[in-house]
Amino acid sequence: MNTLWSWERAADVTPLLFDSFVSVTLPATILGTLLAAALGLVIAVLRRVAPAAVARPLRWLTEFIRMTPLVVQLTFAYFLLTDLSGLTIGIGVLGIHYATYMAEVYRAGLDSVPKGQWEAATALSLSPRRTWTAVVIPQALRATAPALGNYGISMFKETPFLFAISVVEMVTRAQQYGARHFEYTEAITLAGVIFLAASYPTSLLVRRLEVRLAY
Amino acid sequence: MPTSAAPVPAIRFEQVVKRFGDHRVLDHLDFVVTRGDRVTLIGPSGSGKTTILRLLMTLEDPTDGDIYIDGEPLTHERRHGRRVRRRERDRQRIRRRIGMVFQQFNLFPHMNVLENVTEAPIHVLRVPKAAAAERARALLDQVGLADKAGAHPLQLSGGQQQRVAIARALAMDPEILLLDEVTSALDPETVADVLNVLRDIARTTDITMLIVTHEMQFARDVSNRVLMFDHGRIIEEAAPDVMFTDPQEPRTREFLRAVLTGSGA
Amino acid sequence: MSNVDALVDALPRLGDGIRVTLLLTGGGAACGLIVAVTLGLASGNDRLMVRGAARVFIEFFRGTSLLVQLFWLVFVLPQFGVTFEPLTCGIIALALNYGAYGAEVVRGSISAVPKGQWDVTTALNMSRIQRMARIVFPQAWALMIPSLTNLLIQLLKGTALATFILLQDLNYMIGQLQRSTGDTVFAFSVGLTIYFALAWLLTQVMHMLEARAKHRMGLA
Repeated sequence: MNTLWSWERAADVTPLLFDSFVSVTLPATILGTLLAAALGLVIAVLRRVAPAAVARPLRWLTEFIRMTPLVVQLTFAYFLLTDLSGLTIGIGVLGIHYATYMAEVYRAGLDSVPKGQWEAATALSLSPRRTWTAVVIPQALRATAPALGNYGISMFKETPFLFAISVVEMVTRAQQYGARHFEYTEAITLAGVIFLAASYPTSLLVRRLEVRLAY
Repeated sequence: MPTSAAPVPAIRFEQVVKRFGDHRVLDHLDFVVTRGDRVTLIGPSGSGKTTILRLLMTLEDPTDGDIYIDGEPLTHERRHGRRVRRRERDRQRIRRRIGMVFQQFNLFPHMNVLENVTEAPIHVLRVPKAAAAERARALLDQVGLADKAGAHPLQLSGGQQQRVAIARALAMDPEILLLDEVTSALDPETVADVLNVLRDIARTTDITMLIVTHEMQFARDVSNRVLMFDHGRIIEEAAPDVMFTDPQEPRTREFLRAVLTGSGA
Repeated sequence: MSNVDALVDALPRLGDGIRVTLLLTGGGAACGLIVAVTLGLASGNDRLMVRGAARVFIEFFRGTSLLVQLFWLVFVLPQFGVTFEPLTCGIIALALNYGAYGAEVVRGSISAVPKGQWDVTTALNMSRIQRMARIVFPQAWALMIPSLTNLLIQLLKGTALATFILLQDLNYMIGQLQRSTGDTVFAFSVGLTIYFALAWLLTQVMHMLEARAKHRMGLA
């Protein structure tokens, strides 16, 4: 079958792609992003408050994870943690990997909180915990929302890497369909279209948010 | 067509209008500059003086009206009865006769002094490198910076940088030189050096000069005409001696009094 | 056979893997830079058509996944009669994907060059090409290096996908080492460390380039 494009095949493969999108891609992205946001904040705070003996190695570890390939980290974890499912490992590694990016964003956000805020909190005898939760973090978080959005979109586009640990996500589904029917064009193109349809409007929203937040 | 028997004027503004959004900066402006004139433009900020220079240098286009250089239209022409933008090639050809020195010097930060001065002659006029360098050194000598040819712009004071900028503009052999508040961004000590260089150029060449400045003494020394601007129109014109000692218009008096007593205008 | 022995044994193959990874990185980066500059300049062009086309390109390659682009080149293109070698597919996909991100960096840096520089090139009657090539871009270059460095490291990480289009890059060799030693932690630690070292090296090179560019601008 050598026609350039078959609408029949396109209609055939689309439900399969959507199924993977909903059952793998979306959960992986959402849970991964939440994990990254939370863990990244922990890392950023720790690096600031923990003693050098903890902060230093932590910094090296995050740099190491940040600058090495996600795919390799995925396969590493997959070989090590044999009782966990591919999807669980995938979400975990995505979360940890992107937490290292988010830690940088939080760091910049924390640095941008004026010193006066900390001093005012001290002058009011606020406990360290209260200082962080009520004064510093809310201000630091303003700038991080757009970055979180952008990294969420990046993660979304890297969920296909999960195929390396035998998770059948959308692109793998497309490739499998193509292999079965000897026709890849519709499957892979539609997978790309779904990515574009999901990521482009989201990125526009994030840009709008960025403008709105930069008073 | 000009009706004077004199040669074609170097610059002619004919009913030039310039609007920025709703704000009309130049309001049906007419004036003429003869070759060899040294014209100083004075007036409060926002009166349109810098805009005139920017229009001449084609950094902006007039909203309406025409600008003629040596009788040729600079920015727009009439083709088939419509006002159309001139081709870039033609604009370039005419623009070559005009040079400009800016308030912020705008030297190229990634080149040293000599390279700044030779850059345009080599790449625009296609002067051979050696000849361009020789000319550049002569010009740097003229502005008193012969020993700074290898220096980097950031190593020079503001006044020195501005003198390099003047040398760079002169390296293109312009017939008309536009000077836009060239000393306003300088420390008072270095202002004199720059003005002396300009006085020297005025004395030793017959280059046409349009000067926007607050330096009234310099204006008196160098110019043969002074134009007072307000709200986009010329409200008075006179020779420097007359203009500065006995201005006719009340607005001119007000402005000069404010400037000369340093209370700003 | 101990781990260390296996590692020593595997060194030549690891070397080959590193070579492939560097080929992909270098090729992708060089072509990607060309894509970035072209799209970056085009997205600031006067003509709406040119600007629009550039924008479409940029959003398209940024909005679709690198793996999709790679698979498209490897699986779909041959169905139209165009077959590239896997290495070429890898370089093209990397160049297009990261070039699109790079275009934003180029555009942003060009806008950051002071407007006075544009004015003075008009005053000196330079042509548009001369203005961009000799005056504006050289100044923008110093500004864009830090962001381009980040993209370069991401590109290096992206090369690891090449394993899945049957290229024997470093990632592939890590798998081999893991199989031959049976020691997952050892093999992957070695592999990740090599990637980290490569990333560090590339960062140092970019820092040097930045220092040189800043020096020429009299800033260092």
